[in-house]
Amino acid sequence: MIKYVSEFRNVQAVHKILKDLHGITKHSWSIMEICGGQTHALLRYGIDELLPKKITLLHGPGCPVCVTPLEKIDKAIYIARQSDVIFCSFGDMLRVPGSHLDLLSAKAEGADVRIVYSPMDALKIAGENPHRRVVFFAVGFETTVPAIAMTVHRAATLKMKNFYLLVSHVLVPPAIRALLAAPDNRVQGFLAAGHVCTVMGYEEYIAISKEFKIPIVVTGFEPYDLAMGIFMCVRQLENGTFKTENEYTRAVARQGNVLAQDLMHRVFKVVDRKWRGIGVIPQSGLDLNEHYAEFDAETAFNVHLEVQEPEECISGLVLQGVKKPFECSEFAKRCTPDHPLGATMVSTEGACAAYYRYKMIDGDKK
Amino acid sequence: MCLAIPGKIIQITQQEKDNRLGKVNFAGVVKVVNLTYVPQADVGDYVTVHVGFALNVMDQHDAELVISHLNSVSEQNEAKLDKVRQRIQKRSGRS
Amino acid sequence: MTQDILSFQCPIPLDEYPYVVMGHGGGGRLSHQLIEQMIAPALKNPYLDGHDGAVLGPVDGKIAYTTDSYVVNPLFFPGGDIGKLAVYGTVNDLAMCGALPRYLSLGFIIEEGFSMNTLWKILVSIGIAARETGVQVVTGDTKVVDKNKGDGIYINTSGIGVVPHNLRIAPDQVKTGDKIIISGDIGRHGMCIMSQREGLSFESDISSDCAPLAGVTAELVQNVNVHCMRDLTRGGLVSALLEIAGVSKTYMEITEEHVPVNSNVAGACEILGLDPMHVANEGRFIVFVPPVDAQRTVQILQQHDIAQHARIIGTVANGTPGSAVACNAFGGRRILSMFSGEQLPRIC
Repeated sequence: MIKYVSEFRNVQAVHKILKDLHGITKHSWSIMEICGGQTHALLRYGIDELLPKKITLLHGPGCPVCVTPLEKIDKAIYIARQSDVIFCSFGDMLRVPGSHLDLLSAKAEGADVRIVYSPMDALKIAGENPHRRVVFFAVGFETTVPAIAMTVHRAATLKMKNFYLLVSHVLVPPAIRALLAAPDNRVQGFLAAGHVCTVMGYEEYIAISKEFKIPIVVTGFEPYDLAMGIFMCVRQLENGTFKTENEYTRAVARQGNVLAQDLMHRVFKVVDRKWRGIGVIPQSGLDLNEHYAEFDAETAFNVHLEVQEPEECISGLVLQGVKKPFECSEFAKRCTPDHPLGATMVSTEGACAAYYRYKMIDGDKK
Repeated sequence: MCLAIPGKIIQITQQEKDNRLGKVNFAGVVKVVNLTYVPQADVGDYVTVHVGFALNVMDQHDAELVISHLNSVSEQNEAKLDKVRQRIQKRSGRS
Repeated sequence: MTQDILSFQCPIPLDEYPYVVMGHGGGGRLSHQLIEQMIAPALKNPYLDGHDGAVLGPVDGKIAYTTDSYVVNPLFFPGGDIGKLAVYGTVNDLAMCGALPRYLSLGFIIEEGFSMNTLWKILVSIGIAARETGVQVVTGDTKVVDKNKGDGIYINTSGIGVVPHNLRIAPDQVKTGDKIIISGDIGRHGMCIMSQREGLSFESDISSDCAPLAGVTAELVQNVNVHCMRDLTRGGLVSALLEIAGVSKTYMEITEEHVPVNSNVAGACEILGLDPMHVANEGRFIVFVPPVDAQRTVQILQQHDIAQHARIIGTVANGTPGSAVACNAFGGRRILSMFSGEQLPRIC
């Protein structure tokens, strides 16, 4: 029993909300949950199965592991293979295949690759190994950025000379804008990612709601939150309103965490970023700014790569909600979690991997 | 995305403005967490923690309000729930 | 004598050899000193008479035979150590065949420079675990490898057990309709080790579930119609279910909320993004019995301290052979699949 987690897994309450949802749903709606963690939870608890047939969930691109471009992984492997390098990463990234291999294979070949829980642990390793270069693979959305910003700031304060970041941060609002601006857009309402908003607040989303006339509900990750988020979004769609609402009030304030945002802006600058499976989205990523440029691993290791992605994978279309995993001819055939062809099958959070785990039961395919 | 879970601060271990640390308890598991972004957080507060950093102080009042609502719903629906469960079992039996 | 063995005083004078050196595995004087002053006293039994092999028997029944190697970091952890694991692990594999464990072999691969005192502690632990489980260590070997060519110490044990009945207890005996019973809460050993790992460390009261199972399995075999048993080690509950589903070509359905998980283990799993059903155990097992025997099985298990939280978690049902599904209270059903490798802590 984990306080403030278990309570929100109350089966009866979730079923009550879903019953109310059935009551208010009159038309067909397509709603996208941005966040891979939400996709995972929806399928894990089977909430998607209990929704009215008229509601289609589209699974969004909010999985940092899935959208990290191939060339960043190749760069990570190149850097990790340098003999004086200790390469630190969150566990998520180790099995993600680059063009030829993944970080776990590089480790097996002799690279010193270590899993850390926090970027601060990587900084500690750098302090303990002054004669080695320690590189941290900085992936993640706005939720993860404050931790990285603080770590870089600490490194600068401590005048660390052997600590670097391979940065691949991505931002949610530019991705939402890109999805909504696409000519084949099907998304009519969004569930915004709760923990991203814990950091950033939701003022930016209010602007998007107005500009694109689309309802957005800031939503948490437990079954109650997800059911409630969908209910609030459908209520708006049926009523013809398009506001940004907050379901996840216990963890999200309108302004977010201002201190965290300040440090993010002091350490990082907004840049164009390539998303795996989607392509370049303008102003959708973060890189270290000039004050912290000395910590940039790509400069320090002078590594520049451009990699073409294989064309057979439709993960880009899946990430944009245009296609469902089952619509891919390779799904569960040549493409499985053990042998992923593309991004969305790689991460346990990716839409294809989630479908593979939760939806391959005979008779449940749809 | 972004696994973050709430835990209760049980001790502030370092008070530096730029590097505030504390011990946080998650259902009996204790980790040292960076509290720099939540200078107002104190022992007894719940914080949402992601990769070793507290991102906010949880609004406990709000959480308790929702929870009491959830619990009242579930008591009213005990009987109806049985029906839902039967439906689920039927459905899951079909494969 | 027991007094001597249980004392933690290393019998090799530590001022002479505080660390294991290459010579301790070389077959010469130092090897003999190691065997005579450390290994033999710790494991004392009549079979360790200096001969290269042990002549055993005769035995009354069929023979069960198994082997396993033990690699763990840290060597000592809350609830156990590598020595205990090396005995219990092999004994448990025999127990799962419905056998009574009798004899063990013991092989060490030790890294040069390993602390002699630590080796003694491990040997004492092995001695205690062997007596506790009623097995005798009847033969062994020690090799020493160069510094930095090993991770301190590796242990291999093989075990021989006697099967005193004519029942076949194996995956191919599992039948549709069988109940699946678990002996207790899952995930303790894996999370206990994880909590000690550099870079992930956290404080908790989680101690390993490492325990010998031969006593309780013997009682089960005598009293109920056991179709199959499997201890939940690496890969956890999910791997055990899928391995048996694969061999028996059956389909398993478990109810997730019936699988016991201690709240500390659940908390640690939440932080690191792990699924307790995939986490390693060293003292838990599942039993497959016909429905008529299910309640009796649970009762017998619950009378033992190591299985007091035993309960039915699922059924062998009609469905895709070789697969397993977990149902949850919301109505969700997920396919259980093995991880391609180790479960890694994640952030998202």
